[in-house]
Amino acid sequence: MTIEANVPITPLSEQAGQIRPLLEWLARRAEPLAIALFAILVGLALFSLFIAVLGKSPVQLFQLMYAGGFGSWFSVQNSLSRAAPLLLTALCVALPARLGLVVIGAEGAVVLGGVAGAAIALPMIGTAPPFVVWVAMGLAGMAVGAAWIGLSGFLRHYRGVNETIASLLLAYIAIALMNHLIEGVLRDPASLNKPSTTPLPAEYMLGNIPGMDVHWGLVIGVVACIVSYILIEATSFGFAARIAGGNVRAAQIQGLPVRRLIVGFTAIAGSFAGLAGMIEVTAVQGSANASLAAGYGYTGILVAFLARHNPLAIIPVAILLGGIDASGGLIQRRMGLPDATVLVLQGTLFVVILFCETLYGRFRLFNPDLWKRSA
Amino acid sequence: MEDIGLWGVPLAILAGAIRVSTPFIFVSLGEAITERSGRINLGLEGTLVFGAMTAYGVAVMTLSPWLGVLAAMAAGAVFGLVHGWICKFPKVNDIAIGIAMMQFGLGLAFFLGKPFIQPSAPKLPSIPFGGWSDVPQVQAALNINVLFLIGAALAVFLWWAFRNTRIGLILRVVGDSSDAARAMGLNPDTVRLLATAVGGALAAIGGAYLSLFYPGSWNEGISSGQGLMAVALVIFARWNPIGCFLAAMLFGGAGALGPALQSVGVTQGYYLFYAAPYVLTLAILIATSSPTRSLAGAPGALSITK
Amino acid sequence: MTKLLPFSRRDFLRTSAMGAAVVGLAPSGLFSPAMAQAALTVGFIYVGPKDDYGYNQAHAEGAAMLKALEGVTVVEEENVPETVDVQKTMESMINLDGAGLLFPTSFGYFDPHMLDMAKKYPDAQFRHCGGLWKEGTHPANTGSYFGYIGQGQYLNGIAAGYASKSKKIGFVAAKPIPQVLQNINSFLLGARSVDPAITCQVIFTGEWSLAVKEAEATNALIDQGADVITCHVDSPKVVVETAAGRGAFICGYHANQSPLAPEKYLTGAEWAWGNVYTDFVKKAQAGEKLGNFVRGGLKDGFVKMSPLGPGVSEEARKTFDATLAEMMGGSFSVFKAGIKDNKGNVVVADGQAFAEDAIELESMDYLVEGVVGSTS
Repeated sequence: MTIEANVPITPLSEQAGQIRPLLEWLARRAEPLAIALFAILVGLALFSLFIAVLGKSPVQLFQLMYAGGFGSWFSVQNSLSRAAPLLLTALCVALPARLGLVVIGAEGAVVLGGVAGAAIALPMIGTAPPFVVWVAMGLAGMAVGAAWIGLSGFLRHYRGVNETIASLLLAYIAIALMNHLIEGVLRDPASLNKPSTTPLPAEYMLGNIPGMDVHWGLVIGVVACIVSYILIEATSFGFAARIAGGNVRAAQIQGLPVRRLIVGFTAIAGSFAGLAGMIEVTAVQGSANASLAAGYGYTGILVAFLARHNPLAIIPVAILLGGIDASGGLIQRRMGLPDATVLVLQGTLFVVILFCETLYGRFRLFNPDLWKRSA
Repeated sequence: MEDIGLWGVPLAILAGAIRVSTPFIFVSLGEAITERSGRINLGLEGTLVFGAMTAYGVAVMTLSPWLGVLAAMAAGAVFGLVHGWICKFPKVNDIAIGIAMMQFGLGLAFFLGKPFIQPSAPKLPSIPFGGWSDVPQVQAALNINVLFLIGAALAVFLWWAFRNTRIGLILRVVGDSSDAARAMGLNPDTVRLLATAVGGALAAIGGAYLSLFYPGSWNEGISSGQGLMAVALVIFARWNPIGCFLAAMLFGGAGALGPALQSVGVTQGYYLFYAAPYVLTLAILIATSSPTRSLAGAPGALSITK
Repeated sequence: MTKLLPFSRRDFLRTSAMGAAVVGLAPSGLFSPAMAQAALTVGFIYVGPKDDYGYNQAHAEGAAMLKALEGVTVVEEENVPETVDVQKTMESMINLDGAGLLFPTSFGYFDPHMLDMAKKYPDAQFRHCGGLWKEGTHPANTGSYFGYIGQGQYLNGIAAGYASKSKKIGFVAAKPIPQVLQNINSFLLGARSVDPAITCQVIFTGEWSLAVKEAEATNALIDQGADVITCHVDSPKVVVETAAGRGAFICGYHANQSPLAPEKYLTGAEWAWGNVYTDFVKKAQAGEKLGNFVRGGLKDGFVKMSPLGPGVSEEARKTFDATLAEMMGGSFSVFKAGIKDNKGNVVVADGQAFAEDAIELESMDYLVEGVVGSTS
């Protein structure tokens, strides 16, 4: 595999030297974009082959995918709605990953964050204004999520328990706890065939973004991604984390607070997942119920790895996933293909995208350090 | 049938350990081999489900469950080869590829498995070890599937082979350090490729057990995350095949607790009983870990330990 | 106006033209199937795979019957979770397919998902399976339908009562919700009508579809002596096959599972959604008002029984047929005269009897005396 792009770089004149830093900046930023686009094209080509072998038309399929995912304002909003929770759950994976920790239990923080939000809202309904209730719910969801994922970090540091298995076990325990609570003490007796907490009145629901048919969770998710990016790239805390992520022992020798980093990062990560659960309650479901365990936590793992744990890259990746998800329905309805078609497409696409990470640094075009040779 | 009352609980735990553990045994042994070579394949859930579908489909078409198991192994090996081949390229993250392969495996299994949901497949045979007892429940509990026995034997064999055979040595050397392996004239990529293929084949046997013996049915809900959990159990078992076997038994037995308690009338809070396998595993993990020797037994080249 | 049917020819053309315009790309042919008939597009949404040998398959078989009707286009989506996904699926069916009548078939789709979409799309009609629709509370373009399958479980119980030698029967249940509790109670009451000494052990799995746990629950019931098993989970295939493998008799649920265990299958309570859906669609095509609260049982053709299997004795068959005839006559009550729950409280007073359509039964929160299990 030697894909060398021998794009001749024209010798830079003296005036052009002024714009060279800009070109370099652009080149470095363009690399992930170009590789991702290339990977998506290859993935789609492979999937077309699969569809063609089945005797269906890939052209029709892609038309439908475009129509269902991004082809109209309705479809765009559909995709964005589905992307919203993934932004926060992906952060729950991406932040600890910067420290070299593989946390796969975001689902647990989502469900318990939702239950905590719903529980704290119950006594406040009717006495406190909506905004106060939302803040309280958000804080409760974040606190519980932070505690749940932070516990994995805590166990990792203080007991040497592997955080991957601990977070997965805790996720299953969290779902059991949620079911126990919503079918027990927190159950609204009026919720007959779908056990739930008492639903929030309409005025306490976190409505849609003005002018859009997408709830506020999208905005909160995007803000969380930006804040996380700043945290990692522009604060000393994030700088320390990046060093520790490279090599924990070296970081300890340098006197970095590894303990606080691990517990802190896992807790922040968990708070985002908990917030995702609380938003599900207050923007979509209106109550905490078993639908909180809809797999957002697990899809978030995929989003985070595809985004290479870069909080800003999570945004487009989540929207891409939301779009594929949104188009899945149309494919089922129009082409008579089963629901699993979308899973096959996602699998193909993601394997190729992750495979293409091997292309990084192989193109001279994107590597300004190599320009001088031709300059 | 005799009334065995409260004896039903320990019996159910024993029977459950034997019935439910087999997929965990095969997936975790497969993953132990892969991880010993220094690679993680987090996607064995997808391989497991694809194996379940393949085994069931082939058994339906050929009327031979054993051909189904063989076909599942072949399919699982292909999944492993793809994972292993992709991961030998620089900068490719094996954990991430595993997750993507899981999605792919699940999707393809559901897609191709549609025609096999309705038909019934012939089941894998079991050996009645309970003939000495005249209690039907004991007889049922000791109706042990051949795959369980193979899994148990395989665990002992691998435990021995890791220490005492040349292949075991190669695996450990490659798993501990790519550089050391190269110095010995070994190609780490080839070893890992084969280790991942073997891991995939074993995981697919776990799937075949699900669809062809217990619960013995193919549908999209056949696995409730056994593949993912089994991968985690490998860390719990510290990459020791005997440990994998015991962890799988523990997990299966604890999973039988919930239904068994309800059947003898302990009916309150069943969700919490259902969480028993997870709570128990976590508790043992916390009790047996220590911050100073956090990953004793961990292959050095494994990215999860870096 | 909204009470009138919204999918007259003109309205439908308007919606689907709008849909096509929204999509924008619409090369010729892509949207033509729905346009050519200019009649009615019906959308079905399932929470699981539509061939699960159970709940979803029963609905999908009903939907398949519609495909033969003149001028009807059926669009279906499976594995749709009870989240924003189902809201968007409904919207997408309305906007992109021009669906005028939607059947979200899972209970959890009702509140808030379907209700929100109904408010947003007052021109489309929504009929939900199992929801408790209330006049004034819920939008007029919504409604619910359900079948009184409890009587079917009572008949299952009769077959079980005769077949059981251990006088212990077993029930594998998903969650302790009214629909499930009513089935458990009906099953036991049917069995006790044969022999009042019979008890029924129930095990809740906590999830609608969880293969291994359902198999474990079935084994645990049989280990405790139950020799006839039935269930209320989404996909009964695993329970049926496991129970038959252990030599127990089976009563089916949702769909006809007798091919899975022909010798051990006694009978089963099945949905007959095809009749219900056909009725809705024909009314819609004729421009009549659709019912908002549609219920029916065996006599209305909403529910049917699987053919009796070889394990049903002649005596059992006679009682079964006589009871069925009584039910078809409309005079039968399962819950009547002095029933206690399993904590000793009287839940149906002496002299009281609930007809199958009694609204009280739809909020059942107890297990009757003789059921071993608890509702929480």
